Amino acid sequence: MNFHELFAHFGDLTVDGLTKGSIYALVALGYTLVYGVLKLINFAHSEVFMVGTWTVLGAYSLVGADEGSGVGLVILATLLAVVLAPLASAATALTVERVAYRPLRKKNAPPLIFLITAIGCSLVLTETFGQALHAIFGPPFGRAAVSIPSLIPEKELISSTWITVSNTQVIVIVSAIVMMVGLDTFVNRSRLGRGVRAVAQDPDTAALMGVNQDRVIMLIFVLGGAMAGIAALLYTIRYDITKFDIGFLIGVKAFTAAVLGGIGNLRGALVGGLVLGVVEVYSSTLFSSNWEDVTAFVVLILVLMFRPTGILGESLAKARA
Amino acid sequence: MPEMSALWKSANVRDRWETSPTWVRMLGSGILLAIAIYLPFINVLPFAYIRTDLSTGGSDWSGVLTTIVIYMIVATGLNVVIGMAGLLDLGYVGFYAIGAYSLALFGSPDSPVTKWFSEKFGLSEGWSVPFVACVPIAIAIALMAGVVLGAPTLRLRGDYLAIVTMGFGEIIRIISRNANGLTNGPNGVTNVPTPPGPVDPDTGQPFFNPIDGYRWYWLCLAILILLVWLVRRLEYSRVGRSWLAIREDEDAAAVMGVSGFKFKLWAFAIGAAVGAIAGLLFGSKQQFVEPTGFALNLSFLFVAMVVIGGSGNMFGALFGAFLITYLPERFRGLSDWRPFCFGVALVLVMILRPQGLIPNRRRARELEDRRLEAEEVATDD
Repeated sequence: MNFHELFAHFGDLTVDGLTKGSIYALVALGYTLVYGVLKLINFAHSEVFMVGTWTVLGAYSLVGADEGSGVGLVILATLLAVVLAPLASAATALTVERVAYRPLRKKNAPPLIFLITAIGCSLVLTETFGQALHAIFGPPFGRAAVSIPSLIPEKELISSTWITVSNTQVIVIVSAIVMMVGLDTFVNRSRLGRGVRAVAQDPDTAALMGVNQDRVIMLIFVLGGAMAGIAALLYTIRYDITKFDIGFLIGVKAFTAAVLGGIGNLRGALVGGLVLGVVEVYSSTLFSSNWEDVTAFVVLILVLMFRPTGILGESLAKARA
Repeated sequence: MPEMSALWKSANVRDRWETSPTWVRMLGSGILLAIAIYLPFINVLPFAYIRTDLSTGGSDWSGVLTTIVIYMIVATGLNVVIGMAGLLDLGYVGFYAIGAYSLALFGSPDSPVTKWFSEKFGLSEGWSVPFVACVPIAIAIALMAGVVLGAPTLRLRGDYLAIVTMGFGEIIRIISRNANGLTNGPNGVTNVPTPPGPVDPDTGQPFFNPIDGYRWYWLCLAILILLVWLVRRLEYSRVGRSWLAIREDEDAAAVMGVSGFKFKLWAFAIGAAVGAIAGLLFGSKQQFVEPTGFALNLSFLFVAMVVIGGSGNMFGALFGAFLITYLPERFRGLSDWRPFCFGVALVLVMILRPQGLIPNRRRARELEDRRLEAEEVATDD
């Protein structure tokens, strides 16, 4: 129990936790949207994130951007990644929906069948990057971790005895919050968003009112996927790395964040993500970083035992229907 | 409909078997058993093509057979949880690890636990618990772990349960990796005991040694047969009927006086114990236990065995375990592709034949009913 370390670096640790947490929160949105509408845990969502990180790498190498590239090239590469990563992730999520989930929905399969199928999709996607693409193209694909050039050099913006904040941390937190506010506004204000809430509330009545259920479902997979793509870009900006199985732990943590905030609740995902990120960083300082990954699981079990509806309560529909 | 015709065909074999006279069934089982016992020595072409050590670099045939049977034991246990009680357990590798580690920690003179005991109580150097006593210890620990994990989580929705069990599997692995004082951490535990048996007078080798792999195979086969028989008795008992009722409709079962929670907990604990037995055999055969052997992917592999084979049908699950363990060993070039192929197979089976290759009829009917209901709703529109 290293209390000294925790109190000495409390400010830094909190900022670090919030940075991690905003990435979890963005990924958690995908779980929460799908769960809110379909009452289904999209286990393959973690791989949607993973595809995003590889797309960022692809976007960078497409324009030949590397560490130390000129400002123009960096901006071009980043813009390209901002466009391509969400596109690739959304396309992955949509493919999973069309290929795997839709046939099951037509058959009214029980939830466990969905979950097993999702595990299958998740295996296929990870192995595509870990094995299949490696067999065809060789490195960088494969089972080893790949570093992604950090185009934006790390710089400390605020540096005092009790808190240091770097530019990448600010980029991650601010962009995550902007994305979440945008999504929240979209779901609550726009016409399509109203359709999403209607289907979440009562699919049959929504269908009677002229909402195209299949289109709403496709929309939520696209939205969740795009958020995961942005999360992937922010992750690579901050941590400069990807790997074929990188999605698994992030996925579990994001799912925990979604449950913690109240699954199905968009604002809950933000709260849950930030809380989980901070708790994780504190506990890994208190105990040791070896135990860092246990935190999410323990938090998940505790939440499900004592408050299964999460901090803000479930329901995409009831919140402000 | 191709699905239905396949179902009908498999049903036909099963019906014939069930209606044939006792002596035919006894004879059939006897022949099957004889073949199973003879398998490690099979050397006559063309049958020898099933061996995995024909080409250089192939794996030891008896070793592969033992692994297959150990995974079949796993499938038997997981089938109770997934197939009979309808609970998706994604952390089954946790119980497998508990079995292996209980044997290693109590049975090996090199483990921190036995060292602590011998220091604390002034026991002789190299003291350890004998193998035979380790078996009930492992089963008891696994049962307890099953109850401790199950009691708070079994009231949750099914898909939450899956994620929580997955977390449990990971926690067990991380503990075994990090708790140096308890498990030796990443270095693992050496000198894991083997089952007792007459020592070879010439070489001084124990009866169960790495060279005579067929003995391990026979031992595991005997345990598998015993466990299959026990689980089969359970399936046709009051407990098995309660599982079925809970799986089909928990609320209706509760109205009829079947306590869902109690029987789910039973299924969970029994599954845990069987998983621990498989893990114990695995640890004993390796004579070395270390954390990387219990990665989460193994859990998915276990689920894939049961689900692809046909959850709820014991022989389906056994067949699934056989397929998934044997094929990559026989075709070594495929082994890198193993997880990829499982993924594809899982998705295909779930979409095209969710009841599995050798289905449980009742479960197949449940799925068919749900599909028809959905179609009715669709035509009503």
